[in-house]
Parts: sequence; structure tokens; C-alpha cells
Amino acid sequence: MPKIVFVQPDGRRQIVDAPVGQSLMEAATQNLVPGIVGECGGSCSCATCHVYIDEPWFSQLTPADEMEAGMLEGAVAPGPHSRLGCQVPVTDALDGLVAHVPPGQ
Amino acid sequence: MSDAASTYVIVGAGQAGGELAAELRKLGYAGRIVLLGEEPHIPYRRPPLSKAYLAGEIAETGLYVIQEAQLAKIGVEFVGNARVAAIDRAAKTVRLADGRAFAYDKLALTTGGRARMLTLPGAERPNVLALRTIADVQKLKPYCQPGKRIVIIGGGFIGLETAAVARKLGLQVTVLEGLPRVLARVTVPEVSAFFERVHREAGVDLRTGVQIEGFEGEPEVTQVVLAGGEKIPADVVVVGIGLTPNTELAEAAGLAVDNGIVVDEHAQTSDPDIVAAGDCTNHPSEFLGRRVRLESVQNAMEQARSAARTMAGKPDPYRAVPWFWSDQYDLKLQMVGLSSGFDRFVVRGDLGGRAFAAFYLKDGRLIAADAVSRPQDFMFAKKLVAMAASVDPAQLADESVPLKNLVPA
Repeated sequence: MPKIVFVQPDGRRQIVDAPVGQSLMEAATQNLVPGIVGECGGSCSCATCHVYIDEPWFSQLTPADEMEAGMLEGAVAPGPHSRLGCQVPVTDALDGLVAHVPPGQ
Repeated sequence: MSDAASTYVIVGAGQAGGELAAELRKLGYAGRIVLLGEEPHIPYRRPPLSKAYLAGEIAETGLYVIQEAQLAKIGVEFVGNARVAAIDRAAKTVRLADGRAFAYDKLALTTGGRARMLTLPGAERPNVLALRTIADVQKLKPYCQPGKRIVIIGGGFIGLETAAVARKLGLQVTVLEGLPRVLARVTVPEVSAFFERVHREAGVDLRTGVQIEGFEGEPEVTQVVLAGGEKIPADVVVVGIGLTPNTELAEAAGLAVDNGIVVDEHAQTSDPDIVAAGDCTNHPSEFLGRRVRLESVQNAMEQARSAARTMAGKPDPYRAVPWFWSDQYDLKLQMVGLSSGFDRFVVRGDLGGRAFAAFYLKDGRLIAADAVSRPQDFMFAKKLVAMAASVDPAQLADESVPLKNLVPA
């Protein structure tokens, strides 16, 4: 099963098992990763699952659609590697992906 | 008693109950957590019931807030089919209808609400359904075949979302609303008119200002009878006319109840060992400057986290700005704030198209916004509403000025 690494703003790391098909948001909330809320349950409505994704994984992802890009623009501290966790499904190729939790949601 | 030897009982395994249990563990609470649910299911998300789950796009497990194995792993004892009969505050015990009892050191009430039903004769027949639970949708799904006729009573969010999915599944859809317009409780006539048009364009027979006299057909309803005598054929009827908060248990236990279980900003009830969160509470809102009872996921989850912090002895008040969303067809509606009391209404974009943002001002300050398929506008409006920003209505209406530019640094 792919492993995903969540890194808190203070550097604390949490490695979770994420079944293929689950979203990064679900991988985080199922494992009580702090700072990832997923209030809308993954419908791209709230931007409370915002993360920054490291390379090389970021460039491998299907780019954000218009709705996600719009939500990200208004997220807390958006950056060039910002994604909404709910819009990123886990695949085998993403094993080891490192996602940084932002300072706020 | 040490923390690890204590028992926290949560009555109600909806989204608030599930969030509260998870938050207790995130806060490091090491004692026993018992989560009592009246339904057989572990905590699940209700919003997809009238969207992706009804549409058959996600499975039941996709609704679960935390999967069963994970729930066990974090040490949450879920008890399903558990109907709580009484709370004995003196003995600090919760008693179930089947005789089981759970002693608690602290108690959380996340009892939510139940769908209001019609009291008309025939409303009890098996094809007259609510849409609040997994069981409701499981009963509805067999009727969701192309060409079947669904009559939806109530033009609120549940009714309209159900209508959108039913059209997508090829049903003939009629929506009956008693008031002169849909979404009358939550938005202005202009936005109601927008959604009425969208549904009619999608082929929904949408009627407003209609009263229902009764139902015909046995054992299943086959026709809905309107005042005036018109009969609308139906294979299934869905009733979406609002929610009744589940406060009876709290009231019987002698807790203060007034349109919801009365709590303070820390989700504390009138009993220091009992908190409450979600649709069932009446809480003070700093943002609104008054008490309010809200029916939303945002409220359920954020208030539940505040309640967990109170239970864990790390209080952090609930001070959120209400927000809400609804998906219908290809449209995403996102709302922030509450528009009641506004004195100025401004639209950015075209109400005759499929994307716009509507802004509500009071004394020059932005108090609420409704955005349809305009995610940036929603996100920046959320910031502006949270800070009760003074904004120039002309700039709000001007598409050439990004809303981002109006947010004070």
C-alpha cells in the first residue's frame, strides 16, 4: 500500500498507509493528521484540506481544474505547489509522496 | 481520577459525534470513548446522500467519516442501533431503550435532528420518503429508474439536490413548494429565480405556491393531490421540508432547551459535565451578535471540535462564520454569512447565466455572499465577511476588479 508523508509546519512528520483510490484528504483525516480538516467531505467546496506537495510528485499529478484552482487562490497562504488534498487520488506512483500542512486552513 | 481511567460518552453518531470523537484523540485524551448511534452505521457524511450517493457515484463506505477499522484503531467504541432512553445526571449514566446502561464522567450530546414529515393522510405509506439517512436513500434507490415519476415536496436544498440527481438518472421530476419561491428561507428572490430557471431548463416541473391536500393510492401512493383538485402521478414521493432538532432527551434530563439545546460558546450545556454540538444546539454567535441554531456540516464539525476541547480541559470557543454549499447539476453554490437584515444587494456577473456572486451589505459592511460556480469570489467573500469589511458596492459589482483586491491587507 502506498505511504504518504504529512509534514506539520513545525517539521513533525507522520507516515500513513493510503489505499489506492483514497484521496490525500481522506488519508490524512482517517489517520488523525492535524491541520487537515476536510470539512466538505471532498467535494471541493471548503479548501480546508490544502497541502503543499513536494517534487517529484507534484509534477506527476493531473493539474487542478478550474474549481480547485479558484478555491486554492483564496486559501490560506497558497503557493506554487498548492493542491486540495481531496482532489488528489492516491496511486501506486505516488508512494512516498510528501505533503506539507499549511500554517492554517 | 486520571484521564486514562475516565469514560466520555457521546450520544449521536452523526458528523458532529464522529468529529468530536476524533478530536478528543487528536487532543491526546487517553480514556474510554463510547459513541452511541441510533442508526446501525458508524459516523457518515450526510451531504452526499442527496448528491453522489443517490446518484450511485460513491459506495456506502465512501460516506464514512472514518473507516470502521480506523475507528477501532483509535479506540472509539461504536455502539449502533442504540436508542438512548434517558440520561440520569445524578448517577451520570446513560440508559438505552434496550436496558443497557453506560456510566460517564463526561457526556456529549450530538443528537442532530430528524426529517420533518407531513401529517397528511397517506404520508405514512411506504413510498413517501424522507432524505436524511442511508436507509432513506436505500429505500429511494429502487425507484430511481429512467422514466419513473418522482414528486418532491419542498423546494429547499434537499428537494432541489434530489431533483437534480433524479433528472440526471432520467426520472420525470416534479417539485412542489408551498411558498411563492424556492429556497425562500435562505436567499433572496433573485437567487431563488435563478435556481427555478436552472431546474426548469433541466426539465423539472417546478411549481411554487402550491398546497398539498393529500395522497391517493394503496398500499403505495400513486397520486399527489393538490388543493384545487389537480392530481400529480407519482411512483415515489420525497419529502424535504426541514428538520426537527432532537432535543427531547436533553429536555427530559432537565437541561435548558430553547429551539435547541442551550449551550455557551464552549458548547457547554447547563450541566458542567455535559456538552452539546451540531444541529441540535442553540449557541451564541459572536459573528451574528445573537443566539442561533444552525443546520450545517460546518457548524456540526467546528462546534464538535470546540466541544471536544471543553471536554479535554483545553477550551477554545466556537467563533466560526457560518458557511454552506450545495451542488446541483453542474453548479456549485457556496454561501457564507447569513443575509437576514441586509439593506443592499449587489450582483457580480449575470443572473441569467450559470455563474454569479451575490453580495449582501448592511450599513456598508459585507454580511453575506452567495456564489454560484465562482470559487474565487466565494473564498475572498468568506474573508471579507469574516472581517465584516466595509466595501464599495460599485467595486463589488465590477467584474474588472478582482475581489482579492478588496480584501484589506
